[in-house]
Amino acid sequence: MSKGRFGIHGGQYIPETLMNAVNDLEKEYAFYKEDEQFNRELTQLYQEYAGRPSLLYYAEKMTKDLGGAKIYLKREDLNHTGSHKINNALGQALLAKKMGKTRLIAETGAGQHGVATATVAALLGMECEIFMGKTDTERQALNVYRMELLGAKVHPVTSGTMTLKDAVNETFREWVSRIDDTHYVIGSVMGPHPFPTMVRDFQAVISREIKAQILEKEGRLPDAVLACVGGGSNAIGAFYHFIKDEQVRLIGCEAAGLGVDRPENAATIANGRVGIFHGMKSYFCQNEFGQIAPVYSISAGLDYPGIGPEHADLKDTGRAEYVPVTDEEAVNAFEYLSRTEGIIPAIESSHAVAHALKLAPTMGKDQIMVINISGRGDKDVAAIARYRGVDIHD
Amino acid sequence: MTKIKEAFENKKAFIGYLTAGDPDLETTEKLIFTMEQNGVDLIEIGIPFSDPVAEGPVIQDADLRALQSGTTTEKIFEMLERIRPAVHVPLVFLTYCNAVFGYGTDRFLARCQSVGIDGLIVPDVPYEEREELAPFCDQYGVDLIALVAPTSEERVYKIAKASQGFLYVVSSLGVTGVRESIQTNIESIVKAAKTVSDIPCAVGFGISTPEQAKHFCQYADGIIIGSAIVRLIGQYGRECIEPVAQYVRTIAEACHS
Repeated sequence: MSKGRFGIHGGQYIPETLMNAVNDLEKEYAFYKEDEQFNRELTQLYQEYAGRPSLLYYAEKMTKDLGGAKIYLKREDLNHTGSHKINNALGQALLAKKMGKTRLIAETGAGQHGVATATVAALLGMECEIFMGKTDTERQALNVYRMELLGAKVHPVTSGTMTLKDAVNETFREWVSRIDDTHYVIGSVMGPHPFPTMVRDFQAVISREIKAQILEKEGRLPDAVLACVGGGSNAIGAFYHFIKDEQVRLIGCEAAGLGVDRPENAATIANGRVGIFHGMKSYFCQNEFGQIAPVYSISAGLDYPGIGPEHADLKDTGRAEYVPVTDEEAVNAFEYLSRTEGIIPAIESSHAVAHALKLAPTMGKDQIMVINISGRGDKDVAAIARYRGVDIHD
Repeated sequence: MTKIKEAFENKKAFIGYLTAGDPDLETTEKLIFTMEQNGVDLIEIGIPFSDPVAEGPVIQDADLRALQSGTTTEKIFEMLERIRPAVHVPLVFLTYCNAVFGYGTDRFLARCQSVGIDGLIVPDVPYEEREELAPFCDQYGVDLIALVAPTSEERVYKIAKASQGFLYVVSSLGVTGVRESIQTNIESIVKAAKTVSDIPCAVGFGISTPEQAKHFCQYADGIIIGSAIVRLIGQYGRECIEPVAQYVRTIAEACHS
């Protein structure tokens, strides 16, 4: 079995043209991961620039309203740029800079990873180009302008379904064309080795903090950790340091769009089967001939036909559970958290909140649940208004 | 000697590509015979894939047209099974890993053998992952054709050693598509490959003119043309047979003279 495996999943299924670049990246990452200076710089950026550690907030009103488990929210939405994506963007960009790269490229779905990458590129003085499905540039127009403000060039991708999967295709095509000075900042725990491991390491700061914070507040570990899953970076970040604590339930909430029994969904674990795509073996939504399915979710960030290989393995081993959440449930949760706690979550994170609304009342009052609020929902307000048939002039 | 190596016997090989089912499978069938009759020595048949990450816009569009016309891997096998006895040149498949894996790798290669497919090119399976396919290719006697790229450097040796049928030398960085000029030092890549293996080396990516074909035939054992043919198919649709015949004839003359 080749490198970078999680059970049968993972690997390096990419064109030969990229192999030396990916091998270099693996070598450099292995070095810098242990390098004191690199870690000091990254920690400083996390603390002084991104605003880490993010809060672990006790959602008292929500807890009382649901009448079950004690609910804590991990506030990744409070990070600079508004989501967990900055954790990974800072890590990869700093690494790329150490490797002598001068140009960053990235795919983006909802635009959060694009914004994070553009932000870090501005900070570190690097060139930046972002690839975003044309459909997504329309439903997340505000983020397109944010990226441009930050000095990035945004390419709307018109191939295929014009969403996240196609943005990934196009970013790979760009990387194959220009490798020497360019690093591809993959935005999730996906792609060829070493990306799934490296991105997970950068995001694992989330569960490291949750663990310390919950031990301080409650003196014990939580009973369940919930996170939304597209590619799965915020989820793996929130799960990672609990994987060995078998008593902690790990629950990934995937986008079921209009419903798992409808073609318009992106619930990879519910509907996908093992495949090989975008550099990795994992679960993918596909037809009987291995053609990748045109998936759908109201959430551009979860609108992806695959899932990171470590999640695929956590699913196979039964260590984590994955549940589908529909558009309607996510929008209800978006509104619920806004009204109940005064926190507007990203529509992606709202998928995790939606499952919490079902799960918390079934748990005891002595139990603890942590929901990772991976991003803030300002970017989604216009889309939710449209969903509700409200005409806002922005 | 495998059937593929026969294509390189005593001449420079002209390898032509088309996407199966573009614009429909009847046209593909006619094109295979047309290409053979007009001097193509080996035909690379693309099984269309929803997300062809190594392709430029021309072949991306062809894959899309093929899938939209209802082409499936099964229908491609059925068509080829019917015509294979009448086609004398070697036939190889080019497709992406999930098209093989999703069909069932064992079942796919068993079917290749029974239909008479001589080789398989999968651009998203590099040397490190060749075990995904190699045991099945060996079992069913289908050559697993490897690719080397301008960035391969010292990797050329192990890749050339492992490749079967021929070695696909990717001429340029980037994706498939017609290019005005090709900068890579093809000669040095081919020379490196030849130090470890007597495998034929064919150059592809970006070649479209008889001049380019002739030029690269000096350094390599053959050339591969995809996008330039597919562009004609895209332009003329079902009426593409004659334009493709004319075009491949000029390339074949350049290679074989």
